[in-house]
Amino acid sequence: MRPTRPDPDSGALSGSTALLDPAPVPELEPAGTAVRDDPRPGPLRRLAARLSSGAGRFIVLAVGIFWLFPTLGLAVASLRSAADNSATGWWTVLHAPSQLTLANYAALLGNARITGSLWNTVLIAVPSTVLVLGLGALGAYALAWLRFPGRDLVFVLAVGLTIVPVQVAVIPDAAIFRVLGIFGDIPAVIAFHVAFGLPFAVFLLRSYFLSLPGDLIEAARADGAGEFTVFRRVALPFAWPALGSLAIFQFLWVWNDLLVALVFGFNNPPITYAIREQTRAFSSNIDVIAPGALVSMAVPLILFFGFQRYFLRGMLDGALK
Amino acid sequence: MTGVAVTGAAEGAQPGVEPVAPQRRRRLDERRLVAALFLAPAALTVLVLVAYPMASTVWLSLHSSDTGEFVGAANYLRIFATDTTRHAVLNNIVWVVVAPSVVTALGLMLAVLTQRVRWSTALKTILFMPMALSFLAVGVTFRLVYDESPQRGALNAAIVAVHDAFAPPSKYYGVAPRDGTGLVPADGGYETASPVPATLPVAMPVVGLPRDRIPSDAAPAAAPAAGTDLRGVVWLDFTRGGGGSVGAIDDTEVGLPGMRVEAVREGKVVATATTDGAGQFVFPGLSDGEYTVRLAATNFTEPFRGVTWLGPRLVTPAVIGAYVWIWAGFAMMLIQAGLAGLPRDVLEAARVDGASEWQVLRRITVPLVWPILGVVIVTLSINVLKIFDLLYVLPPDSSQDEANVVALEMYRVSFGGGLDYGLGSALAVLLFVLVLPAMLFTIRRRRRQRP
Repeated sequence: MRPTRPDPDSGALSGSTALLDPAPVPELEPAGTAVRDDPRPGPLRRLAARLSSGAGRFIVLAVGIFWLFPTLGLAVASLRSAADNSATGWWTVLHAPSQLTLANYAALLGNARITGSLWNTVLIAVPSTVLVLGLGALGAYALAWLRFPGRDLVFVLAVGLTIVPVQVAVIPDAAIFRVLGIFGDIPAVIAFHVAFGLPFAVFLLRSYFLSLPGDLIEAARADGAGEFTVFRRVALPFAWPALGSLAIFQFLWVWNDLLVALVFGFNNPPITYAIREQTRAFSSNIDVIAPGALVSMAVPLILFFGFQRYFLRGMLDGALK
Repeated sequence: MTGVAVTGAAEGAQPGVEPVAPQRRRRLDERRLVAALFLAPAALTVLVLVAYPMASTVWLSLHSSDTGEFVGAANYLRIFATDTTRHAVLNNIVWVVVAPSVVTALGLMLAVLTQRVRWSTALKTILFMPMALSFLAVGVTFRLVYDESPQRGALNAAIVAVHDAFAPPSKYYGVAPRDGTGLVPADGGYETASPVPATLPVAMPVVGLPRDRIPSDAAPAAAPAAGTDLRGVVWLDFTRGGGGSVGAIDDTEVGLPGMRVEAVREGKVVATATTDGAGQFVFPGLSDGEYTVRLAATNFTEPFRGVTWLGPRLVTPAVIGAYVWIWAGFAMMLIQAGLAGLPRDVLEAARVDGASEWQVLRRITVPLVWPILGVVIVTLSINVLKIFDLLYVLPPDSSQDEANVVALEMYRVSFGGGLDYGLGSALAVLLFVLVLPAMLFTIRRRRRQRP
């Protein structure tokens, strides 16, 4: 049997299950695309249509503003001096715009601890992502297209491991990293992220590889291509969308992580760690915390707005971790 | 071949049972070697850094971290014997019960709301955006939102503004009569120590009003001219820079306008008056007898200063609020996909058969969307159980004991200064056990959906 693309009209939840599971998701409408018109609206749609006349639109606007407010507040606070921030709220810029200043950001650039930690985040996130993608793709290919005893069991274990909380491994892993002499350093953080990222990567990529036409694989093999060549030339190009989603998900997971960095990365702290250090004296360090947090958000937000389709799928698939 | 279930399209191309000729066997061995080479890097990493440590953590949880002796369930019993850890477990239960259901309910509402409304694409983008942010960034963001001071915290500023719109703050909170001038506290306000004759003007000197709260319409105080009705003056008996005499109106001292004054006779308020710019008040018609003159309590009500969101009492609901802000968009997206996938032909057939809209909603739509709600709730439950970063950043250090959950306590006892690996491992195992039902659910679901 081969997985077929979910037919939008075939089953009750085909759209949603496709979204949950990493088969191609053509009918998913990511944020940024219009909702198509439905010739025969269902009851909920009719309700929504009725709401849309007035109240609905107002509620949508209100919810949107409400949801934007916290982030807007942080952004404005990052552009005000610590003295202003401790005296008044950020909304006072509306009648006193002269408060706005780039001084915090200028100071942040000169803060070696913060700029160094930002670089550390890159040094952790990039190799973690590359390794998870590389090792995960190899393993997933084996589970999809190679025959070996215990394959089913390995797959079930991988699925189970996607949910294991990191807490069950941190103490023994700390001991392992101490023996290796990397406890507190970037390689330890990377190794841990890779180990916990792999089960999900294998699970996700395996289903993509499985939807590859088997004849294609057999034909390549019959032509005398080695298994690695088949993997690299046939399977990998096919899984490109999944690799993209997985890359974004894994990269953000590591970029945004605090716990693993706290336990294993204290010698080379990433940005989340460096900002957490500052929050002990929150209001007096707000001139570092607010712009620092905003800078740390910049990369995720760029990925979010730049690759909404991949991002949405990566997040929805990945949130099931 | 082995008894392993074989999937994939290659299945049909080759016979299920292969004759084991020597050449074939060599090829089979070769294939297994290739498979091992493909799988080994990932498998070894996971074995060494995830699987072995899990076993090791179970072992550690049964041993004392000081002496290394086997202590049985002692570390687990400590979880429930200590206040901090027990509180962490209880908080986790609150989180699992409240957070996923609130997020799912809100997600369902938003999904229905945004289905047809114009601008909903922009709204979906806004609602989904927090998923990209780190818990650290969200923690910092909401520390600002929840700031206790209504001058700084947006939420308290909004709440105080709404509160004051319905119950305006008093003008003169913190103000009290000058000592030794014959005014005594009464019912939250102040009154003359004894009834005074209506013919005698009442002097009511008060102090304790900061300069920036003196009303702009306050004029220099003046003693009321003699008259027949009950009258008097309320003024700020304080001369800046010193000087001035107690209980007397000095040159620079100002009257307090808008002060509510009551005339009381035999315990009953018989008349009320309000002071003018110079602090003077008159009760027209009260010209005989004696009255107790009282400055009403409403003049001195303490203003509403908002809510201590991140204090010990409200810290957990407050952090759950931030969590809902992050995940509502995620739930909305999943549920919306479920709604979009509803089988229109079934709905239509039901209508043709004469089902009412309500029946369609209750008998078809809700049961069909139900599984997706279950998936959302299970997903969020797993996520909620593991929550750490948000609780490590958002509550100030002083509230962390109150906000505590198992994942946070595990870090605190193991690495945050405790170095109690026995207790830390027991907490980790507890966390794993809590996640286990969701894990089995997910394995079943994902295996069922195997191609």
